[in-house]
This record gives sequence, structure tokens and C-alpha cells, in this order.
Amino acid sequence: MATDRVAPGQDGNPDGVDKKRRRLLTRTAGVVGAAGALAMVVPFVSSMAPSARARAAGAPVEIDISKLEPGQRVIVEWRGKPVWVLRRTPELLESLEKVKGDLSDPESEDSDQPEYAQNEFRSYEDRQEILVMVGLCTHLGCSPTFRPEVAPADLGDDWMGGFFCPCHGSRFDIAGRVYKGMPAPTNLEVPPYYFMNENRVLVGDSGGQV
Amino acid sequence: MSKAANLLSWIDERIPLSNTWDKHVGKYYAPKNFNFWYYFGSLALLVLVLQIVTGIFLTMNYKADGELAFKSVEYIMRDVNWGWLIRYMHSTGASMFFVVVYLHMMRGIMYGSYKKPRELLWIFGMLIYLVLMAEAFMGYLLPWGQMSFWGAQVIISLFGAIPFVGDAITLWLRGDFVVADSTLNRFFALHVIAMPLVLIGLVFVHIVALHEVGSNNPDGIDIKKTKGADGIPLDGIPFHPYYTVKDLVGVVVFFIVFFAIVFFAPEMGGYFLEHANYIPADPLKTPEHIAPVWYFTPFYAILRAMPDKLMGVIAMFSAIAVLFFLPWIDRSPVRSIRYRSVAYKAILIAFVVSFIILGYYGMQPVTPAGTWISRLCSLIYFGFFVALWFISKDESTKPLPERVTY
Repeated sequence: MATDRVAPGQDGNPDGVDKKRRRLLTRTAGVVGAAGALAMVVPFVSSMAPSARARAAGAPVEIDISKLEPGQRVIVEWRGKPVWVLRRTPELLESLEKVKGDLSDPESEDSDQPEYAQNEFRSYEDRQEILVMVGLCTHLGCSPTFRPEVAPADLGDDWMGGFFCPCHGSRFDIAGRVYKGMPAPTNLEVPPYYFMNENRVLVGDSGGQV
Repeated sequence: MSKAANLLSWIDERIPLSNTWDKHVGKYYAPKNFNFWYYFGSLALLVLVLQIVTGIFLTMNYKADGELAFKSVEYIMRDVNWGWLIRYMHSTGASMFFVVVYLHMMRGIMYGSYKKPRELLWIFGMLIYLVLMAEAFMGYLLPWGQMSFWGAQVIISLFGAIPFVGDAITLWLRGDFVVADSTLNRFFALHVIAMPLVLIGLVFVHIVALHEVGSNNPDGIDIKKTKGADGIPLDGIPFHPYYTVKDLVGVVVFFIVFFAIVFFAPEMGGYFLEHANYIPADPLKTPEHIAPVWYFTPFYAILRAMPDKLMGVIAMFSAIAVLFFLPWIDRSPVRSIRYRSVAYKAILIAFVVSFIILGYYGMQPVTPAGTWISRLCSLIYFGFFVALWFISKDESTKPLPERVTY
């Protein structure tokens, strides 16, 4: 044989190299190495997910609505997001029925809200004048503007009051329900909330209601 | 041998210095008919260097922190010696990078520089363009103004349109439930380390690929077909000194324009630095009118033209993705626009005009008329590629010259 440093292979390879065995070893080492490298991806990718501190933040927020006049809206911050609290006038509440035919999801079946707010008003049935809503468009997350006036010049004669997203032009009625043919796929999100008493709302907690 | 020659040969025995110089500069034979359009490659390289240098100096005073970022930028502008100059050079450099790159891409399209054997060269270039967009987008978040915040909110939300995993991806990208301090911090890391490294790597392979196949030229013919007795293309001239000197003239003119902007109109009337970005980020209130910086607006207009969220996102990304396939969509063997049909010229003009109109409407507030015009222009934009596929099949082209014309 050509060399006495390498044992002759089973297939009688003249160089004494067992290529089959070498291939097996190379592939095994490659696969094990790749698996290890892949496993190392987990901690790095996972480190970019919200940290424990970010997840722990987001306690419920309490709002006093005693000074909120009809037609007025306040914005509070909950989990870093704007949350609107709006006291609707009877005229605004009446508009909800009139616009129904032009909405994309009037019954809020494909939208995000607690069960108690899945109705025409998207609020508690017994406090339908108070609207609590996450003020971020379901399209790309801009905060829509509050446009309660009827038929303003820029929104057209059939505008009954609602919300208008300046970024991509989505229109919502005064219950945050999206009109047909808008870029926003669903109605605005209603966060969990409940009335602690007549004049205090707690956003971020349903108070045991489902 | 002189001392200098001695030193050079000492180095050459250890690293191929002279060889590399000759291969890429001293004996790199480029076609002699380069015109105005051939400035923008070297200018892009110049702006890359400018951005890296000014960027390094900005990081010396910038604080990537939700509480401090906005203030630290104002600090750079007001209190740091020459901080205003360094920052305005960086912000103007970002826009000028895209000016130069768009013109560079236009050159490639006009003269068919993406065609065989330069397909990979084109793809590396497209990757550079993609990374550059990511780099610019992340950099724009750092001043932590209103446009920074809401621009990032919108662009990250784009990924939310992906079925099933969209929400998880946006959460992962932000590192929080909204755009927050963690988002700012990671964008800073990506903007100053990850993306520049990738960018430099891609620019390196872009140039390696270019020097392997040789430069195209305005006639789109292969200069290597006619070589002299010495084996050098008759229509080729060495890059140095001919094109180094030519490019230096370009650099001088570029700097006149560049510093005119830096000194007299660094905000460019809100096109380079948007007015709303001088208001600190407010997560509770979107500015009345938000638009990305001008270089993203054509794609943004395509996004807004679609009445459906997922369709809009797909259309927007397709508008960029389709460019990668240009070498295979264009089936004509003739490269340069000079020898192509009237039909080709017509669709190319329509393409460029629609791109500019889309860019304009991407900056404007949403109006029904604007949406319809954007839809029409999106149709023309994509229509260009469809028309090109058919027109280029049996295109009646003009006869090509044997040698370059100039």
C-alpha cells in the first residue's frame, strides 16, 4: 500500500482513505454544528421580544368623567397607547343607526372588543353615551382625529360625526366602526373597562364582567 | 532600487497591494464613452463615507433613550461645537444618498446595465438599495420627534398585515406593546452597527462583481470584443487617471450642491427634515398630516392606493421586489436605450413619470382624487414590467455600432 500512516479503506481506496466514513463524519459534524448554531439563535431572537419589565407595565388607569361635557373627549395613556373617553350627545348616538348600511362590520363580529361592548354603541348598554376606545387605527396604528361635527367641508356632506385617520384616510363612525372600502380592516378596539361608580371609569380591567 | 520601491516590494511579498491596485484601478479598463450618468456610482460611495464619518461623530453626543434622545439632538444642534454642521451633513447626506442612488439606478435601467452578464451586479445593487432604505428608516426614528415616532409606528405596523403571525412580529420588532424606548434603543444599534456593516459588505461585493464583468457603457456594447494587439480593449481607458480625475470633477460639483443645501436649506422646506419632527414624540397624538421622507413616498402612495390593508402591503413590497427580476423580465438582447424601439422608450417614460407622480401624492394628505391618481400611477408602475416582458420579446431594435460612440 501507498502509505502506512493511513489504514487502507474498505473499498480498497489506493490512498487508504475511507471516503464513505469521512463523508459520514463530515456530515454528522455539520448537522450537529448547525443544530448548535440554530439553538444559539433562540436566546438572541428572544432577547428582542418584550422584556419582563415591559410585560409587567400596563396597570389599569382610572379616569374621572364627572367634568366631561356631552360631545367632549379626553385622552389618557394606557399601556403606552392613547385611550379615548368620550361622552356622546343624543344626536351622535342617533347617527349610529343611520350609518349602519355603510359600515363594513356594523355588528362588530370581526372586531376586537369585550363581549359587553359588542353592540351598536360599542359600550355598556346602560351607559351607551360613554365611549371608551383605544385610539389607534386598526390599519397602521395612527391615532385618528375626533371629528364630531356634521358634514364638514373636508369630509363631505354625508359625514355624521366620527373619527378620521389622517394617515391613510380611514373613516369611522362615532362608535369606532369602520366604513366600507377603507384601508382599516376592522373597527377600532374597545379595551376592557368598567364603571367603578357613576363618575369613575377604570380602563384595563373589566371588573369581573365578561 | 529606491527606498520607496523597496518598501513596496517588501509589502507586495506579503500582501498583493500592487496587484489589487492594478486590477481595480490602475489597469481596470473602463469604456471611454462614459457620460454624465456615470458620476453617480462614485458619488454614492462618497456619500457612504460621509454618512459613516458624520455618523460616528454624532454618536459621540447622541443618547439613545426615550427620555433623552430628543434633547440630545437639540444639544448637538445648539451646544456641541460645530454639532449643527455635522448633523445637517448627516441629514442632508441621507437625502442626497437617495438622490444619487435613484439616478444611479436610472442609469442602470436606461443603458441595460442589469442584463447578462451583470444580473448579480444588479441584484447586489438592489440589496444595497433595500438595506439603505432600512438604514434610513431606522435613522429617522433616532431624533425621537413626532414624525420619527409615528413614521415608525406606521412602518412597523405594516408587518401586522401578515396573516396569523403579523401581531407577534410587530411586537417582536418593537420589543414593547407600542413604539417605545426599547424600539429606539434597538434601532440605534441596528442603525450604527448592523446595517452599516451589511452595507459595506454589499458595496464590496457590488464592486467585485462590477470589476469581474467590466463596466457597461451608454452604447450597451461589449468593449472586450475589440481588443488591441496588447490584449487591452481598444475602447477602454484605465480607470486611473482618466476616471479618477473625471469623478473628482463630479465630487466638486456635488459638494457645491451638497453644502449649498447644508448651509442654506438643511430642512429643504420640510422635504429633508419634516417640520413635525421638531416636536418631541407624543404617543397620544398623531400629527395632522404624516408622510414619510420624500424617498419613500412613491411606495407609500402605492400602499395608500389599495383599499385593503394586506393588499396594500403586498403591493408596496412587490413594487420593490419586481425590480430584482428586471434582468429576466427584459428579454431584449440590446442593452442601451439608444438602440431600442419607440415602444420601449414610451413605457420607460411612463414608468418614470408615474414614479414621480406617486412620489408627489405620497407626500400629500389623503384626498379621493389623489387616491385615484395614485391607483392609476400604480397601475402604470406595474404595467411597465408587464409591457416590458411582451415588448422586449421581438423588439425591433436599431443596429448596434461595432465600436463605442462618443
